Amino acid sequence: MKKLVLGLLAFAMVFAMVSPIVAQAKKPLKIAFVYIGPPGDMGWTYEQERGRLAIQKAFGNKIETKYIENVPEGPDAERVIRQYATAGFDMIFTTSFGYMDPTVAVAKDFPNVIFEHCSGYKTADNMATYFGRIEEARYLTGIIAGRMTKSNVIGYVAAFPIPEVVRGINGFTLGVRSVNPKAQVKVVWTNTWYDPVKEREAAVALLDSGADIIAQHQDTTEPQKAAQERGKYSIGYDSDMGKFVGDSVLASATWNWETYLTKTIQDALDGKWKTHAYWGGLKDNVVQLSSISSKVPASVQSEVEAAKKKILGGWSIFTGPIKDQNGKVVYAAGQVIPDDKQSAMDWFVEGVVGKVQ
Amino acid sequence: MKMVFEKRKNVSIGAQFLVPIISFLISLLLSGIMLAVFGSNPFTTFAAMFKGAFGSMNGFSETLVKAIPLMLTGLGVALAFKLKFWNIGAEGQLTMGGVATAWVALFWGNGIQGPLLLVVALLAGCVSGALWAGIPAFLKTRLKVDETLVTLMLNYVAILFSEYLYYGPWRDPKGYGFPGSAPFPENAWLPRIAGRAHAGLFFAIALALILWIVLRRTRWGFEISIIGASPKAARYQGISVERTIMLTMLVSGALSGLAGACEVTGISHRLQQGLSLGYGNTAIIIAWMSQLNPLAVPFVSLIMAGIMVGGDQVQLMMGLPSAVGTVIQGLILFPMLAGSLFTEYRVRWIKADRKPVCVEGGA
Repeated sequence: MKKLVLGLLAFAMVFAMVSPIVAQAKKPLKIAFVYIGPPGDMGWTYEQERGRLAIQKAFGNKIETKYIENVPEGPDAERVIRQYATAGFDMIFTTSFGYMDPTVAVAKDFPNVIFEHCSGYKTADNMATYFGRIEEARYLTGIIAGRMTKSNVIGYVAAFPIPEVVRGINGFTLGVRSVNPKAQVKVVWTNTWYDPVKEREAAVALLDSGADIIAQHQDTTEPQKAAQERGKYSIGYDSDMGKFVGDSVLASATWNWETYLTKTIQDALDGKWKTHAYWGGLKDNVVQLSSISSKVPASVQSEVEAAKKKILGGWSIFTGPIKDQNGKVVYAAGQVIPDDKQSAMDWFVEGVVGKVQ
Repeated sequence: MKMVFEKRKNVSIGAQFLVPIISFLISLLLSGIMLAVFGSNPFTTFAAMFKGAFGSMNGFSETLVKAIPLMLTGLGVALAFKLKFWNIGAEGQLTMGGVATAWVALFWGNGIQGPLLLVVALLAGCVSGALWAGIPAFLKTRLKVDETLVTLMLNYVAILFSEYLYYGPWRDPKGYGFPGSAPFPENAWLPRIAGRAHAGLFFAIALALILWIVLRRTRWGFEISIIGASPKAARYQGISVERTIMLTMLVSGALSGLAGACEVTGISHRLQQGLSLGYGNTAIIIAWMSQLNPLAVPFVSLIMAGIMVGGDQVQLMMGLPSAVGTVIQGLILFPMLAGSLFTEYRVRWIKADRKPVCVEGGA
């Protein structure tokens, strides 16, 4: 017994002496992700989690990542972010719009921790914001929807009437109307990012009111499933939803966080990280157009391909002439909506049925 | 054979202390088994939970943040339950308190200067909570409408009303369309004492003490205990049962209203989603676990808040799914509730044809 105790003591001492050296040699960068839904939503959080897994694989033992799921937006989010900061995490990614103010509040109290907020507009010395021009991919899916609709009514299940979502609806509608000026995009607000039941109900309501294609800005595949059950097509968002739902999903506007995450984490590892506001597009690979369903004729596919080339070549989908809902030209031919107006967009283009409120 | 719960005539002091401890050990055992099944070491997980909730100043302050609304609503519910008035509407009373406070903080700032704005805002929260609780009390005393249903349904009304306000007319014009009111002016912020824990803690503790004294020493407290035991006997004694119910419910609602007022002025500084995370519902459990004793409410609330904050650690640090944290919270509560039931009641098996004498319903 005595021997055992002595042996343990000796082992503990050796370990205590060695461990700080080991720890110093390769102390991993501790990174945390805060998610609004579960990674199993097959949409928004699924893509965030795919990004996390990709960087964990790429950086190996140089980083250590953790995540928390189902964190509601609002005051309680601040507690969760604070807990990670207190627990010694070096870099915290908060991945929903409503986490913006809580992240700002915690960033103020932890100047040595790096914060990255996805989809907002506020920054600080130790807090960056990052997002992508998903509306570029949505424009392309709009071309498909505009060609494939027969009733000329396309339903759009939308989360909150904030600029991010409004931009997406406008980009999509511009795509639709570029090939089918008679088509209309009907918007229903759910006022939630993640609520499978509400998302489905909104899609059903749109189908009942004559829509024959369902597009969406939500976190799950429920609107797609609702459309499929009625034998109708849909346009996916977040992830390549055709993979989960089937070929009734004509195409999806998808996120791809890996490239951005790799760069900003590499900067942090190198000690070169500086605050920034990242807003990449199709050409940066942060947003993508998924593979297109075989239900879409080849002629439409090549039309999409041509538009994609145009965007990759530097053309903005928000190039005039652009009319508002009253038919008034707000941006003349050749004029491009500037970035600051895009990031505060609170009006709909012609062809959208619904109100921003 | 039939099982009945019979109220124990007297509960030994030893049982009062031992039962909660044993129940707690059983909870640890149950959740430990579950954690082991999930391939996680129960001891490190419990240590992480405890450390997360009480181990650091930051963690402890977050536990306090949750404990404050639980204390206030817990006191409100316990008070009503003493009367056997089943007020399960603390959630709605809290919400209406938050709404009225937000109204004052958002729109009275020009008329009222300095810290007076905060005082008026908090009082408005109390009054609003009281009035909201007054509705079921009025319906019960005047029209004999069952209070359980009314208080429950009014929760939804209150929550939907607050949503209407921050999605609609009160939405922050500078908020880029995201639901939530504009932020309050800083003179309507409740001072913070440590981390995010705010001065609402002092209100909660002081009110627990005051309520404890009032219930033991005043005529009102005496009337409550008589009515709680038997409204008939109270009437024979010349007590105005209706008036006491009304008054008690106003106070009960005011306590929950103050909880909401503290949440908006102390934590969120605006009216928005997530005003209450089910505090008013957890308050029912807290009231029972405290055996309706106001002095016990703060302690039980603190434990409950610790379980809530610590439960997140299971996810944050151990990397288990969020549902595991919630299940552990349930597994901790269940034996404790069962324990308190068996402390107060005795199980007896009786022959089915014999009518039980003096049997009271279970908790």
